[in-house]
Amino acid sequence: MTSAAAGLDYARQRPQRGWVRAWPIYPLLAFLLAFFVYPVAQLLWLSFFDAAGHFSLRNYIHIATAPVYLQVLGITFQIAGWTTLFAVLGGYPIAYLLATSAARTRNGLMLLVLMPFWTSFLVRTFAWMILLGRTGAINRLLLALGVVDAPVSLIYNFTGVMIGMVHGMMPLAVVTMVSVMQNIDVTLMRAASTLGARGGQAFWRIYFRLSLPGVAAAGLLVFITALGFFIIPALLGGARDTMISQVIISVIQELMNWRFAGALSLVLLAASAVVFYLYDRILGMSTLSGGAVGAASGMRQRRPTLLARGSAWLGIGVVAALGWLCDRAGEAWDLLIQPRPDRPRRAFSRKVLWGASALIILFLVLPSFFVIPVSFTSGTFIDFPPHGFSLRWYHTYLSSPAWTSATLRSLIVALATGVVSTILGTAAAFVLVRQRLVGRMAVLTLVLAPLILPRMIIAVALFYLFARIDIVGTLLGLVLGHTILAVPYVVITVMAILKTYDERLDQAAWSLGANKWRALCHITLPQIRGGLIAGFLFAFITSFDDLTVALFISGGNNATLPRQMWNDLLLQVNPTLAAVSTVILLFITVFIIAAELLRRRAGGY
Amino acid sequence: MAGAKVKLSVRNAAKIYGSVTALADATLDLREGEFLTLLGPSGSGKTTLLMIVAGLIQPSSGEVWIDGKIATYAPPHKRDIGIVFQNYALFPHLTVYENIAFPLRMRRMPEARIAQEVARVLDVVQLAHTAERFPRELSGGQQQRIALARCTVYHPSIILMDEPLGALDRKLRDHMQLEIKHLHTKLGITVLYVTHDQDEAMTMSDRICLMNNGRIEQIGAPQELYFNPASIFAADFLGESNLLPGTVAAIGDPLRVDGPGGLKIRARSRGGLRPDEPVKLMVRPESLRLLGPGEDADNVAEGVLREVVFVGGVQRYYVALADGLTLAMKRLTLGADTAVGPGQTVRVGWSAAHTVALPDTRERGS
Repeated sequence: MTSAAAGLDYARQRPQRGWVRAWPIYPLLAFLLAFFVYPVAQLLWLSFFDAAGHFSLRNYIHIATAPVYLQVLGITFQIAGWTTLFAVLGGYPIAYLLATSAARTRNGLMLLVLMPFWTSFLVRTFAWMILLGRTGAINRLLLALGVVDAPVSLIYNFTGVMIGMVHGMMPLAVVTMVSVMQNIDVTLMRAASTLGARGGQAFWRIYFRLSLPGVAAAGLLVFITALGFFIIPALLGGARDTMISQVIISVIQELMNWRFAGALSLVLLAASAVVFYLYDRILGMSTLSGGAVGAASGMRQRRPTLLARGSAWLGIGVVAALGWLCDRAGEAWDLLIQPRPDRPRRAFSRKVLWGASALIILFLVLPSFFVIPVSFTSGTFIDFPPHGFSLRWYHTYLSSPAWTSATLRSLIVALATGVVSTILGTAAAFVLVRQRLVGRMAVLTLVLAPLILPRMIIAVALFYLFARIDIVGTLLGLVLGHTILAVPYVVITVMAILKTYDERLDQAAWSLGANKWRALCHITLPQIRGGLIAGFLFAFITSFDDLTVALFISGGNNATLPRQMWNDLLLQVNPTLAAVSTVILLFITVFIIAAELLRRRAGGY
Repeated sequence: MAGAKVKLSVRNAAKIYGSVTALADATLDLREGEFLTLLGPSGSGKTTLLMIVAGLIQPSSGEVWIDGKIATYAPPHKRDIGIVFQNYALFPHLTVYENIAFPLRMRRMPEARIAQEVARVLDVVQLAHTAERFPRELSGGQQQRIALARCTVYHPSIILMDEPLGALDRKLRDHMQLEIKHLHTKLGITVLYVTHDQDEAMTMSDRICLMNNGRIEQIGAPQELYFNPASIFAADFLGESNLLPGTVAAIGDPLRVDGPGGLKIRARSRGGLRPDEPVKLMVRPESLRLLGPGEDADNVAEGVLREVVFVGGVQRYYVALADGLTLAMKRLTLGADTAVGPGQTVRVGWSAAHTVALPDTRERGS
């Protein structure tokens, strides 16, 4: 960094060339090429060879002919599809409420919606195991209320998988939809109402259609992310609900067959790509919404194809029908309550919206808290309500070397990942936002690719690479792996804040005698501190919560906390897990509140 | 116009947010075919009043009658009004045709008639060729006209306009002012217009409703507000004015006032003043003139010419009176004028008819 500073210090006589000025992005690019592009390419390449090293398609032939793999692929799509549907349907009312609320309300609600996102995946899944089991909280409640006579099976089947997956994916759907909805001009709805549209017509014909790009983007993101899941189907699903990532794990862990794992990875990747392509082409962002919304969201418009026009007409028809239906309902309601023009109106529909959103937010927030009472049980089993009160499971946790060393290891790795990703990502974000980089889109795609690519593929590829350079099981290996996953979050966060940063402040600093380095330290960085803290936080949590990479890179005596939890969850569910989960929950909560306070004091937003 | 039907009647409307009074006790009538402007600085309550008429805000108290029917709390879609919003609020995903057809579709008009009606208003605003375009493909002025077309197509009782020219540049704004005025005459529509631009208000309005601090200060024709303001705020807000402090000496026509520095000033008033009451005397800069030797006027003040500023068509003179007050006066520039220059002692005269005595509310309040 010091030599870099010196490089910035001198006022050059000649203008710097673009590729020289872009130097801050090179460390990240080099890192991604070495530890992301290269290993993934190699793993995929490997899948085209047989054990003897000859080119062969036998791995793919095997996938295509053995019914089990096609079946798994089918189930994977089915689970991802239903998850997408429920996450988007359930998320829409909350997203609408968030987008149309005052800033204060929005920030508060957003914190609640993002709660599951911040909570460790394993903790959440464990919480659902407590809730959904045959003797779990929900069944006890149903039996006590006399709703059912015998326990309902909510877990180790498709229902369990759905509940867990939708719970996990809904925050992503909400955030994606809100980002589009926030750009919809609220006066459009007002205009519609003054032009004679009832609430229903105004909503469906105007707001809903303008929000469709957000719905499409949310659906796409949720679907592609869901394709790569393995924790939830493994812990909440039955044998039938096996997804492709689980198969890849067993191929590696049980058969050590890299070539076949590579082939399965390529199939998963191809599936994601095909979905992406189909979504964009046939139901694409602009066509889904009747042909013109692209303009509103700044998307490029294509000449509509016949299919697109067909679906657009269908879309308009559906929207008009929904608007009509809502209006008939509204008129019926009016007949019932007889509103009078000389009496104040009540915002009835807003109350319904709040009610629905409150229920969904409860669904998002509440489950994780069930681990807390369970952790204080004095019994030897997971039980709800817990038996007695004791701290024995906390004692077990803190006196077990396996658990404490795993905790420490996770903290160290997360901290290191946070620091490394923040430095690499921030430098790259500066270049991406401020410079006219040749091939900017390609670079951006590369930097963000680890977000889109199923994690399982990255993990297997890294395992293969690390095994050969012998850093499996080391802290270095974990930090490298986690940085790949975390760095896109830093880049996105810092880019977002840099776009709002007024560059004239820097120019003012230069004109007042500061050199570039000092302007950066004294003017720019203090002002974007909020973004940097948020980026670090994302990176920290990504690493702290990661199981996929840790599944292969850490293990045995050098497991991370999620890895240790995973072992216990698979082998023997016990109240120690509840104690560990409670500690994680508490830690993350304190961590986020501290960061939020720090950010507010830093004057960030 | 006095006999025309009342299209909108607002009775004692008020809007209170917590401890903030956004609008207090507003009462006004709007007659058929009239163009009435709500004029005032930001925060004066003009937009609140407009939103109450539109039904987009529910008033805390008071009544709103539209076309003879009570509509205080009626939802916007049942009010028979049209609004042109500041940013036009054209639906970005609908074409110009579909935008204009929207209110007709909401009224379930058959498609064939919709096509006729849309074609008719597009003709009126001379944008028939843009029917199949999207709003973003139009210029600011064109979008403005489409917004107008969209809210005239269904013949609402009143058209509300919320600073519709705010986003346009100066030249286009001047052009659109006249265009809206012509449309108003041609279509015979009733308009309630909101602006903070006094020139715009004077150019377009039949009557102006001047607002300040959530209250209506004065309602009247532009000329009346300009030459016969009811309050210091009105005098100050519209055009330029000299405000001289004084005390009422004798009631009568003209009113006699003791001005600053022993000046005896003859003025007129709107009545209601008592002897010894403190007043402000308002004189427009263009009502002042320099007196030659031997010339006389109702009111005469002597002072030193401090500065002459050339502003193209007019010149401004600043004359310092004995006790430190400065009078501003305005003269048309008619060729190079070297008769008087800064530093000279001059006599300034003006007539009693151009001098308005206003109650000095600030002193009364303290």
